[in-house]
Amino acid sequence: MPPASSVAERAPDPDVPVDASISLASTGGRRGDSIFRLVALAAGLLVLVVLAGIAFATTRQAWPAFSAEGIGFLTSSDWDPNNGKFGALAFIWGTLLSSAIALVIGVPISIGIALYTNEMAPRRLRRPVTYVIDLLAAIPSVVYGLWGVLVLAPNILPVYDSINSAVGDVPGLSWLFGGKASGRSFMTAGLILAIMIIPIVTSLSREVIATVPRSQREAAYGMGATRWEMIRSAVLPWSRGGIVGATMLGLGRAMGETIAVALVIGSNAQITTHLFSPGDSMAGVIANQWGESSGTYSAALIGLGVVLFAVTILVNVIARRVVRHFDERLKVA
Amino acid sequence: MTDTQLVRDSDRLLLEATMSRSRRVRNGMASVWMLGSVLVALVPLAVVIFYVVSKGLSVINGDWFTKDLPAITTKPGGGMGPAIVGTLLITAGAAVMAVPLGILGAIYLHEYGGPGRLASIVRTMADVMTGVPSIVMGLFVYSTWTLAFGLNGFGGSLALACLMLPIVIRSTEEMLKLVPDELRQASYALGNRKWRTIVTVVLPSAFGGIVSGVMLAIARAAGETAPLIFTIGAARKLNLDLFNGPMNALSLQIFKNASSSFPAATERAWGAALTLIAIVFILTVLARVVSARVARKHNA
Repeated sequence: MPPASSVAERAPDPDVPVDASISLASTGGRRGDSIFRLVALAAGLLVLVVLAGIAFATTRQAWPAFSAEGIGFLTSSDWDPNNGKFGALAFIWGTLLSSAIALVIGVPISIGIALYTNEMAPRRLRRPVTYVIDLLAAIPSVVYGLWGVLVLAPNILPVYDSINSAVGDVPGLSWLFGGKASGRSFMTAGLILAIMIIPIVTSLSREVIATVPRSQREAAYGMGATRWEMIRSAVLPWSRGGIVGATMLGLGRAMGETIAVALVIGSNAQITTHLFSPGDSMAGVIANQWGESSGTYSAALIGLGVVLFAVTILVNVIARRVVRHFDERLKVA
Repeated sequence: MTDTQLVRDSDRLLLEATMSRSRRVRNGMASVWMLGSVLVALVPLAVVIFYVVSKGLSVINGDWFTKDLPAITTKPGGGMGPAIVGTLLITAGAAVMAVPLGILGAIYLHEYGGPGRLASIVRTMADVMTGVPSIVMGLFVYSTWTLAFGLNGFGGSLALACLMLPIVIRSTEEMLKLVPDELRQASYALGNRKWRTIVTVVLPSAFGGIVSGVMLAIARAAGETAPLIFTIGAARKLNLDLFNGPMNALSLQIFKNASSSFPAATERAWGAALTLIAIVFILTVLARVVSARVARKHNA
């Protein structure tokens, strides 16, 4: 390309701001510009290609199982690979129950940490606390699983047993805490998952809480509010949408978590409300049974992956929508 | 600036003296909740690291890094060499693919797409893709690559690259947002084409932030297990060829040995966990150091 190009030649290029068109010399060349643009566009579109590819390729591989079971794949809890029965309901239940436990334990802790760093901590402690909580996310999930199965599960069993013997026969509570307690259980999986979702829920909550305008806080304090009253009347209403979104992202994370859950949930597919009983989850069963599977059995395990993919995509899309919805409402208000 | 600065101590004392008991109690309980949450979250971090270090150190010696995996996993002996090399090679392969593509994708989003419709779709989908479970990425690569080309390290790299791509895109885009528009305009004024402006002005000024985002994505990928179950097999001997034959990885070794009832196997799992955490932490710390150093150079 020539080092100088005329104004007329460059003017139609929509990407170059108007200021640039008055320059006398240009380096880089016009063809370079369009090639670079195309390459960048292709890289951006790759995200869409991969997502579509995941949906298509996994569904195709899982098809033998889907067509053999039909809707029973989702509604039957009869999982008997030796006799060609693939009902995944017990695994879906396990995924939901362990994730629910994780949210019930993890979300209040996460919001507490986010509020502490924004509203309570002395300034010099804020960065260290944030940094240390982020470290929780740096530990690989398989390490949490290893610790969970070798240390947490055997040591927490006496705790389960004592809760079980204390309230296991009380009507209502027996619903949750009855049954025979096991170290590897829904509860242990939920505890490990809670640890794993704390960093993500905390960091998102912290970000939205940091956007609460100073004037709102000052107004609450000006009315004579205590710190807690200020948080309840100014901070939480403002950041509610973001916290709901963060919680849902945590839910997506918990449902998709594989290795830690595979190690600690107990690998015993059953539908029960007893938190201390062993169970199994979708991701966990894929990891645990993959090695021994073949044919339709493998297809059924991939089918579990398809269900997991669909559910996590749904949860993630809704989470982003919720955040945006609340954001817009706040702007109007 | 927050409440602690807004309300001075003397004012606070005055307030508290005139406050009803229940308001004070509730405020106190809220403080206990906030501080308690931090402490509760620190416990598992400290305990996990304590166990991994104390149990892992006892199995790590010279052989650990050099010897092949033992043929009989129920007895002590052998090393973790193939798994360490495998983790490093597979993660590096993933980074080679995901990092340039991710940075280019971010350049598209911020420098070309902007608020446009297609760019917002790509942006949303990149966010959604960060939420796709890693095990699904593994099944995807199994269906498209492993079924056709067999178990090999590259399949693992592909799966990890799928995981890293959206993280690199989103973190890089955040960094590109921080580059002031004046820099771009100054470059245009000097006659630089847009692509040269991006390559010679925008990317260098965002370099520190991009590198630290990339390192964190690599650290996350290095610790992943689920995508490797379907793609890399389980080699006992050292294999340096990403495209040929099964490999092994530290995370897989932890998973396989964790539920064993033999102490030799669980010890090996602790050792592998310590090695893996060391690798991940070195990458995380490097990310901080690089971004801090580049930031300092910029300010100077």
